[in-house]
Amino acid sequence: MKAFLILEDGTVFTGTSIGSTRDCISEIVFNTSMTGYLEVLTDPSYAGQAVVMTYPLIGNYGITPDMESKKAWPDGYIVRELSRMPSNFRCEGTIQEFLEEQDIPGVAGIDTRALTKILREKGTMNGMITTNEDYDLDEILPKLKAYTVGDVVSKVTCEEKYVLEGTGKKVALLDLGAKNNIAKSLNQRGCEVTVYPAHTTAEEIISSNPDGIMLSNGPGDPADCTSIIEEIRKLYNTDIPIFAICLGHQLMALATGASTHKLKYGHRGGNHPVKDLKTGRVYISSQNHGYVVDEESIDPAVAVPAFRNVNDGTNEGLAYVGKNIFTVQFHPEACPGPQDSGYLFDRFIEMMGGAR
Amino acid sequence: MPRDLSIKKVLVIGSGPIVIGQAAEFDYAGTQACRSLKEEGLEVVLLNSNPATIMTDKDIADRVYIEPLTVEVVEQLILKEKPDSVLPTLGGQAGLNLAMELEEAGFLKANGVRLIGTTSETIKKAEDRLEFKATMEKIGEPVAASLVVENVDDGLAFANKIGYPVVLRPAYTLGGSGGGIAHDSHQLVEILENGLRLSRVGQVLVERCIAGWKEIEYEVMRDSAGNCITVCNMENIDPVGVHTGDSIVVAPSQTLGDKEYQMLRTSALNIISELNITGGCNVQYALNPDSFEYCVIEVNPRVSRSSALASKATGYPIAKVAAKIALGYTLDEIKNAITQKTYASFEPMLDYVVVKMPRLPFDKFISAKRTLTTQMKATGEVMSICNNFEGALMKAIRSLEQHVDSLMSYDFTELSKEDLMEQLSIVDDMRIWRIAEAVRRGIDYDTIFKITKIDRWFIDKIAIIVEMENALKNEELTPELLREAKRIEFPDNVIARLTGKSEREIHDMRHENGIVAAYKIVDTCAAEFAAETPYYYSVYGSENEVEETSGKKKVLVLGSGPIRIGQGIEFDFCSVHCTWAFSKEGYETIIVNNNPETVSTDFDIADKLYFEPLTPEDVESIVDIEKPDGAVVQFGGQTAIKLTEALMKMGVPILGTSAENVDKAEDRELFDEILEECEIPRPTGGTVFTAEEAKEVANRLGYPVLVRPSYVLGGQGMQIAINDNDIDQFIGIINRIAQDHPILVDKYLQGKEIEVDAVCDGTDILIPGIMEHIERAGIHSGDSISVYPAQSLTEGAKAKIAEYTRRLAKSLHVVGMINIQFIVCGEDDVYVIEVNPRSSRTVPYISKVTGIPIVPLATQVIIGKKIRELGYTPGLQPEADYVAVKMPVFSFEKIRGADISLGPEMKSTGECLGIAKTFDEALYKAFLGAGIKLPKFKNMIMTVRDEDQPEAVEIGRRFEAIGYHIFATSGTARALNAAGVKATPVRKIEQESPNLLDLILGHKIDLVIDIPAQGAEHSKDGFVIRRNAIETGVNVLTAIDTAEALITSLENTDIKKLTLIDIATV
Repeated sequence: MKAFLILEDGTVFTGTSIGSTRDCISEIVFNTSMTGYLEVLTDPSYAGQAVVMTYPLIGNYGITPDMESKKAWPDGYIVRELSRMPSNFRCEGTIQEFLEEQDIPGVAGIDTRALTKILREKGTMNGMITTNEDYDLDEILPKLKAYTVGDVVSKVTCEEKYVLEGTGKKVALLDLGAKNNIAKSLNQRGCEVTVYPAHTTAEEIISSNPDGIMLSNGPGDPADCTSIIEEIRKLYNTDIPIFAICLGHQLMALATGASTHKLKYGHRGGNHPVKDLKTGRVYISSQNHGYVVDEESIDPAVAVPAFRNVNDGTNEGLAYVGKNIFTVQFHPEACPGPQDSGYLFDRFIEMMGGAR
Repeated sequence: MPRDLSIKKVLVIGSGPIVIGQAAEFDYAGTQACRSLKEEGLEVVLLNSNPATIMTDKDIADRVYIEPLTVEVVEQLILKEKPDSVLPTLGGQAGLNLAMELEEAGFLKANGVRLIGTTSETIKKAEDRLEFKATMEKIGEPVAASLVVENVDDGLAFANKIGYPVVLRPAYTLGGSGGGIAHDSHQLVEILENGLRLSRVGQVLVERCIAGWKEIEYEVMRDSAGNCITVCNMENIDPVGVHTGDSIVVAPSQTLGDKEYQMLRTSALNIISELNITGGCNVQYALNPDSFEYCVIEVNPRVSRSSALASKATGYPIAKVAAKIALGYTLDEIKNAITQKTYASFEPMLDYVVVKMPRLPFDKFISAKRTLTTQMKATGEVMSICNNFEGALMKAIRSLEQHVDSLMSYDFTELSKEDLMEQLSIVDDMRIWRIAEAVRRGIDYDTIFKITKIDRWFIDKIAIIVEMENALKNEELTPELLREAKRIEFPDNVIARLTGKSEREIHDMRHENGIVAAYKIVDTCAAEFAAETPYYYSVYGSENEVEETSGKKKVLVLGSGPIRIGQGIEFDFCSVHCTWAFSKEGYETIIVNNNPETVSTDFDIADKLYFEPLTPEDVESIVDIEKPDGAVVQFGGQTAIKLTEALMKMGVPILGTSAENVDKAEDRELFDEILEECEIPRPTGGTVFTAEEAKEVANRLGYPVLVRPSYVLGGQGMQIAINDNDIDQFIGIINRIAQDHPILVDKYLQGKEIEVDAVCDGTDILIPGIMEHIERAGIHSGDSISVYPAQSLTEGAKAKIAEYTRRLAKSLHVVGMINIQFIVCGEDDVYVIEVNPRSSRTVPYISKVTGIPIVPLATQVIIGKKIRELGYTPGLQPEADYVAVKMPVFSFEKIRGADISLGPEMKSTGECLGIAKTFDEALYKAFLGAGIKLPKFKNMIMTVRDEDQPEAVEIGRRFEAIGYHIFATSGTARALNAAGVKATPVRKIEQESPNLLDLILGHKIDLVIDIPAQGAEHSKDGFVIRRNAIETGVNVLTAIDTAEALITSLENTDIKKLTLIDIATV
């Protein structure tokens, strides 16, 4: 069956329908990872967005037990080609079946490179995936322009708190749309991790007396998360060590007076160089963010830049002055992507007073 | 960290002659590194014995020494040039080994010279088997159970402990020389003995066999601050057991999930960090297909063939970055030259698939075993890029130029299903064709996988191609079907064959339906950033990214494709210089080539690079987009020449000599007319199609005769026949491939062989010099020792040669290059034996030794300039006041079963140069450069045919005089003894022990002089002797003239202090 990708600027790509045949309107973003399509599909940070994979062959090793959350989150999925026969010793099914089961509409067989270039030149934009051959642009384009990602954190966070048992430090993980490997990385280091829904009050977390607080990644515009920012400000005002990733990093910055802005087309992939400003070392990181903290808006008395992106010089991490708080824009939990910055979890354990 | 300013003058050591396992990739890496160093204002001293390289140009380095790569030469050079640093990691294993020897001997330290880039401790840790294993164990990286042994008994004991099969890997050798898999103790002894001898340190690793696991490679970079990145990973379609140089390789890996990908990536970074490498490094893994279990196979602490491939596959210039790192820069300070926005500290992301296929020399060595093992056999490779795997594979297949254009090109339809199943277990260059046939017969993926261990994903891709063959055969050709066939890169001619239509019909149907190739950019970043460098590959069904440029005149330069015997790196030298010359003249330059090892496919050589197969259809698609003002075919060897007619049909003007005149040189009858017109004699002969016709011509001329197909390079299929049986056999071999052109049969003349390259502007000619071959006619010019200036020609002969060259160039209306081979008999009887209206193998060498930039000159002439206005006096140029000897270098030890005896068909893979004030010293240097280091044991064997005995006796006498003990077969011994030269007779190999073979295997023989009789029958006699000698590392000479040259050189070994000549000042 034919499927169409219609962009807000009127560009139409024609391909073949994959996954669900229902229509979807979403924000179109591209990811440059060459492996890890399942991790991308199940990363809650993609809620409210449709993902274009720039690597042309997707599904080569099928569906493996590597989901980063309980389901797939993107509104839509756009690829050049899906492998008709996956091959891997851990393969449990095909990506075609997975997209259908997860009810994700998608389109295959389009020139993903041409699409990526449009997004690069014009910036991230909204689009629609439809199988309706009689689509009417005059009717659709205003709808596309009107689309906003909205409050997606509430959609992706866990409903109730739960605990990953451990004998080490007690970590409270605020689930803003967390990838599994954040909790797993801490748990593997011995931590007992309690995962809290995004709208948990600061009081509840503080009263559980954790050794440290972890703010996770998550989807959407950070500035929309006003109530969560309020709670995070309260967490900032305690002496509890805090480590934050991605959305968590942005929310901590917003809670302490800095501002964020949307990047033209974001950073999504597994090849982004970030420089540790203290040591000068460069690490290759996994990234997935459309917004970034304005470095100029940061009060140097509150926080100082700790990491910067080598490509475009944007902020990639902050160290909070006089506080046991450290936040990064990139993803030390990897999955998918390079594991180079996994040592930051060890640093967090150190911040909490070392392994018990 | 900014650049280390204490580095001012750097010595770069190249890789020497091209041999299997060490080819053009090091010219590419070395050239890029030198340019990168010069960019920083450093003075670069270059040492490489290979004159065919671009790195040995005076525009690449400040001081250029084309001298033998020996410890003595490097020491002397360091004392002369006083560099402060040596960069050893860019010249392949040869350069690295030299630098290590100097470092270990303390010479570098004593002379205040340091190794930059990776340190000697690191190199030792990575290359020494024991140290490497200990290091891996320390950081918990698994290696296969193994033991380094220094004798056969220890090897046997260990193999018995861990069980067969075992893999054997000699330490410090190239391309896995002497390695192999032993399935029993008998094989173990054979391979191990050989490996111990070939290893520089006499060590061989005996290792658990992990054959059948996935072979995965990572290319890693690290700077002195400890930052590291992986440039890319690659997956070998052929599982562990086939040398990666002989495997079909795909980048990035296709069947690894993120977990496996990152597990191995992290391991590679841990290894490069622990080894403390600064620069580039290659890590090879074996990955169990059924678990996360893996083993580190090998680490190369230097740029390698794989890094050249990774550079071309990603656009990331590894050698350039490695050179900058050696100067102290960190990755985040080095700009990404492709995007100009990002830095070297990132990892390339591909949005396409790359397939590399090896170019194997079995068309040259018909008797050789085609089996692929851990010993590399490929002479070169091709790379292709597409946005789907099937398309990349199809493009790679037709890039090989081996009469293959699809998965139907090798025919296995005759095999029964049982035989086919059995043959699936054969690991050779035809394996994927057999798999395709298995798929056609309905053999299921699991069965194929169980036998071949090739991942099912790849088998499925082969099946998709087979399904398309069937669809084209059985279904109506709709535009949709055609579109899908083109998406996976079926060439028009294959579609035509399958659908029963003509190629033209397919072509027209495509154009009517808008099914045309579009071009995408290799940009290192999957379109995340805009790329500045137009490096293109074709796809179907996509938007075209080629941008209209400059408005300058556009020239299309056709490259020479994969490196193979007969068409080597020399043609890349010519293509690159031609491109640079056109650029200088204000043209926009466009290169089309498919060889990832070469300088011509570096992203900044031409204004635009198209990484594409060199077939008429692929070139036409580029022409349709670019609409060039002209094309140059005379620099890309036979590959480019073959495209002449097709280009003319496309309406592209051929710049330089016209196609019609190219044809005249190749078409026998037209050529005879011209020779007659010019009053130039040639050996008599005729053209034939069948063996019967050939025998008739041969008997009319009288044997021996020379038999060869027209339009070939490197004497492919050329043989000397001495009787009717030979004719039957040779014509049979030639006609195995359908011939579009007649076969030539000529009277064989034995005389001096002379070669000339000249530039002609339509009026005047310029001959830089005359080259004379040491070996008499009958041995291919590429396999002969060539001397400039000619040493034994009379002035009369020289004048005739110059005059004939002038006449021929004029009557063929040559504009640009011409190469002519002559035979001189007696005083001054000059015959023409071959004319090539194009650039030749000798052009780089003769350019360098005469100081005349022949290719730029020819290029200027092609665009209409005159030799006189370019400041040259036409005619034969005055001789230089030194002598240059070009020595062929062979890779026979790598190709099991190849006959090494020299003849009209070329067999050498590379060459080196000896240049000096005297002939004797030049010759000595040339032998030294070719790796012939004698005497060692002062024992030799002679076995010559009767007619050579008088000359052989004199050569024997001279060897005896320098202390050699001669063993000889009965006839030869009798002749020697009768002439007063002491010779011990030995039994022939078919006789009982002790015989010749025992002597050779006793490892006490320096040299075998074995002159086989001509003709198919006779050359078989000594085959076993020659093979055994080569495989035990003994030098073998098969031409009496070569033997004489060698003794002349050995008589001069008192030349202790070589005079080193800076070619840049010539």
